[in-house]
Amino acid sequence: MKFAIALFSAAHAPSSRRALLFAQAALAGGHEIVRLFFYQDGVYNASGSVVTPQDEQDLPKQWRAFVAEHQLDGVVCIAAALRRGVLNEEEAKRYQREAVAVGAPWELSGLGQLHDAVQDADRLICFGGA
Amino acid sequence: MPKSLLMISRQAPWSGPNAREALDIVLAGGAFDLPIGLLFLDDGVFQLASKQDAKVLQQKDLSANLQALPMFGVEELFVCADSAAERGLDPTALSLEEVRALTAKEITALIDRYDQVITL
Repeated sequence: MKFAIALFSAAHAPSSRRALLFAQAALAGGHEIVRLFFYQDGVYNASGSVVTPQDEQDLPKQWRAFVAEHQLDGVVCIAAALRRGVLNEEEAKRYQREAVAVGAPWELSGLGQLHDAVQDADRLICFGGA
Repeated sequence: MPKSLLMISRQAPWSGPNAREALDIVLAGGAFDLPIGLLFLDDGVFQLASKQDAKVLQQKDLSANLQALPMFGVEELFVCADSAAERGLDPTALSLEEVRALTAKEITALIDRYDQVITL
């Protein structure tokens, strides 16, 4: 089955952890993930600026490793990311900000990528919504 | 045949960017001519309260963005009748004329009709 996964909660939220576990289980079960789409506070899961206490799970790091290892299409909503200060190099330059928080394997792009994934996938699975 | 998407918007307009961000997904879908519906549920019905004054809260008014929905081709607009009644809102006097008030039973059927659902 082809899954699209949308994540709306911050890196420290239990739902973000569940999203990663689901994504790992989906691939382990032989399914396909057409795209990960991080929106709202979900953009923090792609942030390289998050520092997690040593005795806790470093979710942004785990996401990064997971996406890189499986060469997944990991999209962070650009508008949501700008609002929350999760900028890549290009956007930091554009808006003249010093802090660059996100880079490869993540891509900053628009909401069209979410709709595109919805069309492409058999199932859209959301984590961390209201 | 494109897959249909139902957005269930459950957040009040002044509780942060959630309501606006939910609406942005809907407007983007409309811009791509996708079959998309929007249901206002729970505190989400507060987005439809008329005569709101965003300036007092030093915020932007979401109502103007809601009025753009029909222009973006989003005509499947619904409000949960129970949620509105619980919050003292008259479903016939909301800021978006096009919304249809639904009972809990009708909402069940509505969700069933869509291919994908996002709740924000």
